[in-house]
Amino acid sequence: MTGIPDSVSVQSVSLEADRLSCIRDDRVLFEDLSFAVSSGEAVVLEGRNGTGKTSLLRILCGLRRPDEGEVRWHGAPIEKNYVDYYTHMAFVGHMDGIKRELSALENLRISRSLCGAGDMSIEQALETLHLDGYEDIPTYYLSAGQRRRVALARLLATNARLWILDEPFTSLDREGIALVENLMDRHVGAGGAMIMTSHHEVHLSTPDVRILNLSPGEAA
Amino acid sequence: MTSGRAFLDLLRRDLLLAMRRRSELANPMLFFVMVIVLFPLGVGAEPKLLEQMSSGVVWVAALLAALLTLDSIFRSDFEDGTLEQILIGAHPVPMLVLAKVIAHWLVTGLPLLLVAPVLATFLGMNPEAIGVLMLSLLLGTPVLSLIGSIGVALTVGLRRGGVILSLLVLPLYVPVLIFGAAAVDAAASGMPVTGQMYILAAFLVLAVTLAPLAAAAALRISLS
Repeated sequence: MTGIPDSVSVQSVSLEADRLSCIRDDRVLFEDLSFAVSSGEAVVLEGRNGTGKTSLLRILCGLRRPDEGEVRWHGAPIEKNYVDYYTHMAFVGHMDGIKRELSALENLRISRSLCGAGDMSIEQALETLHLDGYEDIPTYYLSAGQRRRVALARLLATNARLWILDEPFTSLDREGIALVENLMDRHVGAGGAMIMTSHHEVHLSTPDVRILNLSPGEAA
Repeated sequence: MTSGRAFLDLLRRDLLLAMRRRSELANPMLFFVMVIVLFPLGVGAEPKLLEQMSSGVVWVAALLAALLTLDSIFRSDFEDGTLEQILIGAHPVPMLVLAKVIAHWLVTGLPLLLVAPVLATFLGMNPEAIGVLMLSLLLGTPVLSLIGSIGVALTVGLRRGGVILSLLVLPLYVPVLIFGAAAVDAAASGMPVTGQMYILAAFLVLAVTLAPLAAAAALRISLS
């Protein structure tokens, strides 16, 4: 795997959501939603179940088209700028996105091949998430929490500057949640950015945490 | 890191997955053998009749075996979320779809090619026709996988897409069946087969070029 030059790994983050609206089964989940995320910022989406948090994240990833509006990465629509965007964005959704027949190592290797390798090696990424000793066994034999950690290790092993996370703490134990919060702080502190949803209270020490509430008429 | 590298890595990953699920490897081949064996049992073991039917029987069985395995091109990746990750990777999706289809054909199509001459001999096909059968399957079965990938990409989001998939894909298989079986028949009666072979080759070129584009677009729809 060839190294990515340093200039790429310090790429700044600039994501703009411009007047997005999402309609699902004739129901308007949100409309005219605009916000921007740049380096050093963390956005936490809040809202009751069914208010469109996951739909919004999938729109930001380009997996779903907004019914109106557009998402821009460094000023260009993400569909046009997809190589640059997808090299610097990583998404961990409800599904872990890892193959159970393959080991953690093999899974992360293919992720790096699809999205670009980061500064951290796969072994280092797995070690950071306390998965050392489990690199070589099929993830089929891991617990749900451990599989979640493999999925999250993808954030470290690839070159992602923008993390889009849908309920990242699912199945993690208390120690794991603290660990991941710590990684988030470090990532945002180092000029990365993050957009996430969570049912748990998120404890970040980053100064720039914004709460975006999708349930209108409800106190945040 | 180039797109070519990602293509090869994904191809290798899918072949590795197939090796890890080794128990499933023989299934399409067994199905193919079984369907062909049913014909003599059903229509009687009259050598002349079997020889006449052999080209059609082998081709229809290959078509059904291909159909049976289609779902596996995208289904497991869809269910565990790795398909999402492929779509939000930094490489052109049609190219990665092509890698997956090639891996699928190597695992499910190629084995049919290897047992086909044995089964054709059982049915009394003459040696020249068997050579042509192999060549026509070599050109035709990848087309089946490619066309099928569009159908699977469209139906992968549905919980029970199996029947719709067959209805969607089988009509599109008809031209391949017609020219594949016709080539073998022509060879059996000592006629030239270049025409049919060129048409099958043209189908293959067309499918390699267009099917990945269509399948990639269909995947975007299925995942949104």
